[in-house]
Amino acid sequence: MRNRAVLALASALCLAAFPGISAWASKKNADQARQFFKQLSNDRKIEQALNRLTFGPRPGDATEVKAMGLKKWVEQQLHPERIAENPQVEAKLKALDTLNMPGSELVLNYPTPQIVRQMVQGQIPFPQDPGRKLMLQKLAAKAERKQGGDANATAPDAPPLADLLTPQEARLLRAGAPEQRLAAYQALPRDKQDDVLAALPQGARQSLFAIAPPDLRRRIELANGPQQVVARDLTEGKVLRAVYSNHQLIEVLDDFWFNHFNVYLDKGADRYLVTEYERDAIRPHVLGKFRDLLEATARSPAMLFYLDNWQSAGPDSQQVRGRKNSRGLNENYGRELLELHTLGVDGGYTQNDVTEAARCFTGWTINQPQRGGTFFFNARMHDDGQKVVLGVKIPAGGGESDGQKVLDIVARHPSTAHFLSKKLAMRFVADDPPASLVDRMAATFVKTDGDLRAVMQTMLNSKEFWSEGAYRCKMKSPFEMVVSAVRALNGDVDFAFPLVNQVAQLGQPLYRKQEPTGYSNSSQDWLNSGGLLARMNFALQLADNRVPGVKVNAGKAAAGIELGSPEFQKH
Amino acid sequence: MTTRRILLRNSALAMVGMGSAPPWLQRALYAADAPGQRKKILVAIFQRGAADGLNVVVPHGEKAYYDLRPTIAVPRPSAAGDKREDAAIDLDGFFGLHPALAPLKPLYEQRHLAIVDAAGSPDSTRSHFDAQDYMESGTPGRKATSDGWMNRALSKAPGKVSPLRAVSLGSVLPRAMRGAEPAIALQSIDGFRVSNAEAAHQFEQMYGAAKDPVLRATGRETFEAVAMLQTIRNQRYSPAAGAEYPRGRFGDSLRQIAQLIKSDVGVEMAFADIGGWDHHVNELGTRASEGQLANLLREYGQALAAFWQDMGDRMQDVVVVTMSEFGRTAHENGTRGTDHGHANSMFVMGGAVKGGKVYGKWPGLEKEQLYEGRDLALTTDFRDVLGELVERHTRTPVKGVFPGYEPKFLGLV
Repeated sequence: MRNRAVLALASALCLAAFPGISAWASKKNADQARQFFKQLSNDRKIEQALNRLTFGPRPGDATEVKAMGLKKWVEQQLHPERIAENPQVEAKLKALDTLNMPGSELVLNYPTPQIVRQMVQGQIPFPQDPGRKLMLQKLAAKAERKQGGDANATAPDAPPLADLLTPQEARLLRAGAPEQRLAAYQALPRDKQDDVLAALPQGARQSLFAIAPPDLRRRIELANGPQQVVARDLTEGKVLRAVYSNHQLIEVLDDFWFNHFNVYLDKGADRYLVTEYERDAIRPHVLGKFRDLLEATARSPAMLFYLDNWQSAGPDSQQVRGRKNSRGLNENYGRELLELHTLGVDGGYTQNDVTEAARCFTGWTINQPQRGGTFFFNARMHDDGQKVVLGVKIPAGGGESDGQKVLDIVARHPSTAHFLSKKLAMRFVADDPPASLVDRMAATFVKTDGDLRAVMQTMLNSKEFWSEGAYRCKMKSPFEMVVSAVRALNGDVDFAFPLVNQVAQLGQPLYRKQEPTGYSNSSQDWLNSGGLLARMNFALQLADNRVPGVKVNAGKAAAGIELGSPEFQKH
Repeated sequence: MTTRRILLRNSALAMVGMGSAPPWLQRALYAADAPGQRKKILVAIFQRGAADGLNVVVPHGEKAYYDLRPTIAVPRPSAAGDKREDAAIDLDGFFGLHPALAPLKPLYEQRHLAIVDAAGSPDSTRSHFDAQDYMESGTPGRKATSDGWMNRALSKAPGKVSPLRAVSLGSVLPRAMRGAEPAIALQSIDGFRVSNAEAAHQFEQMYGAAKDPVLRATGRETFEAVAMLQTIRNQRYSPAAGAEYPRGRFGDSLRQIAQLIKSDVGVEMAFADIGGWDHHVNELGTRASEGQLANLLREYGQALAAFWQDMGDRMQDVVVVTMSEFGRTAHENGTRGTDHGHANSMFVMGGAVKGGKVYGKWPGLEKEQLYEGRDLALTTDFRDVLGELVERHTRTPVKGVFPGYEPKFLGLV
């Protein structure tokens, strides 16, 4: 406390010592502030709307918005149920069957090697589909062969290609033109096809992929490793929706709120839990009540696993009492709930609040997390004593409702209204949004009991959003850059994982931000030399039709330069 | 002020930046401050996620350590039988290294590795984000600082300044390197270029004329660095005999830092990070030499040892310093892990380092000695360590590098 005061004094003295600097700084700030009250021309307003509320304009979008009227268009984006979805979205997502499965089905249909082993041992049932069952059995046999004979580990995984195909078939599959290869493959009897896939070298499999119909693609992916399919669908689905959906604002907000409530796909069981997390906990609530969104994340197996709450138990709970080396309190979720999800780090909570909140959530756990589990309140893990969180007494004996009471307290805390409003304004308006706007958004948040649509409405009714100060002042994130480039060239995306890889190359691997903070909301963090070069290279490749899976109107050499230009990096 | 500096830099670089200077000239230009005197280089390593310093540099002479950690303590060096492989590697009769750090033991014995214990940031935050931010900005408790300590520590001397004087390995420029002086983030030396020469030229002009001043400056730094790296890109790099970098991003980062330094392209500051230290659950396996922390330390220790080996004599010019945003609770938590704590340990490695010693005052682990009753207390401010390296190793005045703080030197170099 005292240190802080001394620091503040020191910095005040510093400023006083250089009156020139402080005068310059305040003039600069005043100039900046004025920019937020200079209104954009009507055409630029349309551009601003398309830049910020979508993943970038496609050719013709601006004309369409103009014809419809900007106000109506914004209104529609805020009420996506009033706009028909682009039929392309459904068509493109159809093949990605994991996106609609619950976690428990994902585990069975796209199992890890350990799960496959348990299936073989009869501990877990095989999936119903006979084709899938056979495929998994073959996979298990292959793994067994690999493990069983370390001595001949370098021997082929059998049966080798030569045993499966006539020399002529093999030649065609290896060296034929793409169509010939596909035809040669499809001419094989069905039961042989999977064996051939498994025996093909990875490179040959991939080249078949580019020309394969959806069903074959899925089987190629399965041959590469079934557990990878889940992450692949998830990341590809995100890109496809961002490129094609007519509900663009929903997609932008889904990206924003997932990142706000970040979880990490590669942390153990989360591999199978993130799909339903985004689909069922985040997406339905992005224009709903914050309290609902918050509870959906708090109860989600993905979050319970990611922030370890599923293992947290009261030190005096039935499960722990009297037992040596058993579990106890883990404050990871309690802390991030306050710091990142609601009040913000300066929101006025203490270490004690963290510990007390963590006590309230003891017993919020997961039934069978490794099998795509479900939420479950375990009273035997719960600390049932009295707690005090942020000055509010939570009486003893509340059980599961203790956690809900904490969510009530933090969702309605004024710091939360302000913290979330500022974060939204940083994404949609400017890195350093005007305080007056943030205050108005926060007031709406409080007045409407955290109605996120109303908060967005306040922002979109503001002068600041439609001002010179906000216009093209944000650097695009890598994801925004890649998707907006595809949209700008009206690209046709056949399969999206090369685009997913590009986003990672640019510095933002999707669903793979390990830290609970999520990716930065601020432009500056995406501005560096390595990232810039990666953007230029991607721009050239895309315009040149060298990104597999995507087709753009060829013959536009200048397009690559435009997409790699400084102007295109901003929106 | 900025304009003048950039002007000077550009005129000095004119020939090099155009890519017309032969490699030997470029290197001669950047290799030395004066004839016979090579530039000193500082390499900073950030362990993101808060490494558990108490299980890295184990206070095996402290009984309380074993009381506080019934299931995840590293056994005493004297441990016998099947625990021998799990035992701490003794350093001085009180502290020991986690067994996975065995590759660093010879460096400590040869007095090239120093450890500073109970060190870190005095700020009480237990937020990863804030604590990393404070450590990288070099101003604990102050969020308004816009640049980082490494950037401020780059000397402001005009004249020949390499575009690669401050290099970070990774896709994002770390906070520590942000600021007025040029600093480069690169994912790999090989990939650091525009694939098409014609387009590269166009981009260079466009970014040179960009309206946004930050994009303009970043663009210019980028193309200068690309030109500079052109000379070493096509040479296949093989580390010195015996240097085996572990697989993975961290090993790759250190290997490329070594390559850059040995290529004499003017590196003065380098940065790399390694994540995954946030061990709330099952920090160690059933044996202390196994499990998450042990695996990560193995990669970490092997990479540092390989860097040492690879650099050879050049380590005379180099100091590597490691840090992590805060330590972890002295006691283990309810899930065989540790929660966010306070003080930690730092490593300082280099030819000129006065190593073979654990620096810093040990605060003890008894209840009343713990910070806020739960964490290792802090006795050395991380800025004391970094400040000494800036002033005495890189020979840049430390004044202004840590605003509002005057580092007290420990005598590390």
